[in-house]
Amino acid sequence: MKIVLFDHSFEGLLSAVFEVFHLKLKEAKLIGQNNHTASFFDEEIWVSTDQEKAARVAKGIVKVGGKSDLTWLYRCFLSELAEVPQLILEYIRQLMVDKHSGKNDFSRNVVIQLQKINKMIGREKHRMDAFVRFEKTADGLYFAGIAPDFNVLPLNAKHFKNRYADQHWCIYDVKRDYGLLYNLESLRHVHLPSVNANLHSTPSNLLAEDEVAYKKLWKNYFESTNIQERANKKLHTQHVPKRYWKYLSEKYILDY
Amino acid sequence: MNFDRIKEKLSILADAAKYDVSCSSSGSKRTNKKKGLGDSSGMGICHTYTADGRCVSLLKILLTNHCIFDCAYCVTRKSNDIKRAAFKVQEVVDLTINFYRRNYIEGLFLSSGIFKNADYTMERLILVAKKLRLEENFNGYIHLKSIPGASDDLMYEAGLYADRLSVNIEIPTQNGLKLLAPEKNREDFLKPMKKVRNEIVKYKSEKKLIKSTPVYAPAGQSTQMIVGATNETDAQVMYTAAHLYKKYNMKRVYYSGYVPISYDSRLPAIGTEVPMLRENRLYQTDWLLRFYGFSIEELLNQKHPNLDSDIDPKLSWALRNLHLFPVDINKADKQQLARIPGVGLKSVYKILQARKYRKLGWHHLKKMGIALNRAQYFILCDSRDFLKADMSPQQIKSKILAQGNSKYKPLFNSQLNLFE
Ligand code: SF4
Repeated sequence: MKIVLFDHSFEGLLSAVFEVFHLKLKEAKLIGQNNHTASFFDEEIWVSTDQEKAARVAKGIVKVGGKSDLTWLYRCFLSELAEVPQLILEYIRQLMVDKHSGKNDFSRNVVIQLQKINKMIGREKHRMDAFVRFEKTADGLYFAGIAPDFNVLPLNAKHFKNRYADQHWCIYDVKRDYGLLYNLESLRHVHLPSVNANLHSTPSNLLAEDEVAYKKLWKNYFESTNIQERANKKLHTQHVPKRYWKYLSEKYILDY
Repeated sequence: MNFDRIKEKLSILADAAKYDVSCSSSGSKRTNKKKGLGDSSGMGICHTYTADGRCVSLLKILLTNHCIFDCAYCVTRKSNDIKRAAFKVQEVVDLTINFYRRNYIEGLFLSSGIFKNADYTMERLILVAKKLRLEENFNGYIHLKSIPGASDDLMYEAGLYADRLSVNIEIPTQNGLKLLAPEKNREDFLKPMKKVRNEIVKYKSEKKLIKSTPVYAPAGQSTQMIVGATNETDAQVMYTAAHLYKKYNMKRVYYSGYVPISYDSRLPAIGTEVPMLRENRLYQTDWLLRFYGFSIEELLNQKHPNLDSDIDPKLSWALRNLHLFPVDINKADKQQLARIPGVGLKSVYKILQARKYRKLGWHHLKKMGIALNRAQYFILCDSRDFLKADMSPQQIKSKILAQGNSKYKPLFNSQLNLFE
């Protein structure tokens, strides 16, 4: 068994797939370098990321399985789950044998696992679309911190760009320490050294004058729209699992 | 802005609007124009959930809760001793924009008590929508709950700015309406609905010829019925709903279990439970009509005027029609598959996809996540075991129920439709 290591980037993963095919490795295990603990019995190969090789693999996937296969695999990759690189490799191997997409063959184990992961990614992406709460800062930037379970921010970009085309905004993944900044023209990746890892912890002197007032109005609205007689706590936590409550300013006791 | 005053108005006017259960923000195709604010072309988003598990997608408020009418089932009724308030048009515009910019909401759901008369009130609702679209270049979602009795001209204008229009029918039967809101008549509700339907049809056909035809209510129209305020049967509710879907091209009919808010002896007493399970069964039936190809007569009829509370309406239908089963998973068409209890539309899709590759047996179905505890009695697959083995409907039912109610939890609740 050969252990094939790569640098955790998607291009790195595709480069590793390239090597597996190139070296005709029958038995290979694809692992992100930080998820691997060395053992006596396995032989390790470290593959460095090569844009050109990655592009060739991507092109191959699109040619045989269609563009949706590539997007699908990329989305699964964003889960950062340790087992995903291997699942992706297995899927691509079969793809090259079948010469057509097997993405919907729900009777295959690899497919079922990847579909499940893809669904989780979709859910997390959708949750971030929903639970981002912008705070308006004194200089007019709408800022929101997030800490998603998976690295879904790249998938959220389009949604927010279409929606908030006329305001400056930034969504920052405090867990992975990078963000997206929109300046009315384009989006770019940013790294902000001073961002606090706690959500909703922007000091109030940095906030716009009416920001706290709007937060309070929103909380007030949230409470007024509840129907006491229909209370259903179980259903509530099913929709918003507790770990997401941190995003929702309306659930916070505001102590301004 | 005087935030304290706004806060007070907001509590009163959000509280008064909350009994309208619709919170859908999907179905519009409005995209961001000229680098403005907002986009409502995607599927609806719930930005949070109330403690009762309902989706919060829109800022749902009344413009005012002053009302000249006295409908018994409504908190806003004239004779009710409550605090009254009224928003200024600009205040609603500012709230909507500021909530939207912070990603709290998908848009606005605006309704109102009737002050002066229907048209006067309707004009003010339209003014809010118009300002949002023309002055703020707002492309978020706008739902205007229209005023019964509003004129055709105003209903036309409303559709130029709103994504969705609704007129609530409120009481499912004519007699019920006579009893609880004698000042009102059916025609006041139906006339604006008709106008909206005709304009939508007209828009669709003109659009084909003239590209620049102004968009009219792209997310269609909806309505709501209160259930359990009068003693109507489920059949009466659902036949009315089926009629509205067919004759008025409704996008959605909502069912709202009556929340007791009055000591009026014509109504269920305060403290009576909200009929949530019934509401749930009605939604399931609604779903079967709209997506599963069932006709209303199959689900409710003279012999069977009310839905079962212990089992869902599809299972109930299947047990009454055992002669149509078992269905062969590997051969049946889409329609037939969708009629199997425990098999939802997503499962139908998975079955159709997977059987292209191989014949499906029990373990495949299980892996796909199909509710075999129900489905197993109604299907054949690539296996010799067929579990039904001449069981009677009653036997099957008690076997399924014996598996415990937890699995049997109502699968759809009124909010599942968010992603319609
Ligand atoms: S007219 Fe509308 S707001 Fe007024 S009492 Fe009747 S239902 Fe309520």
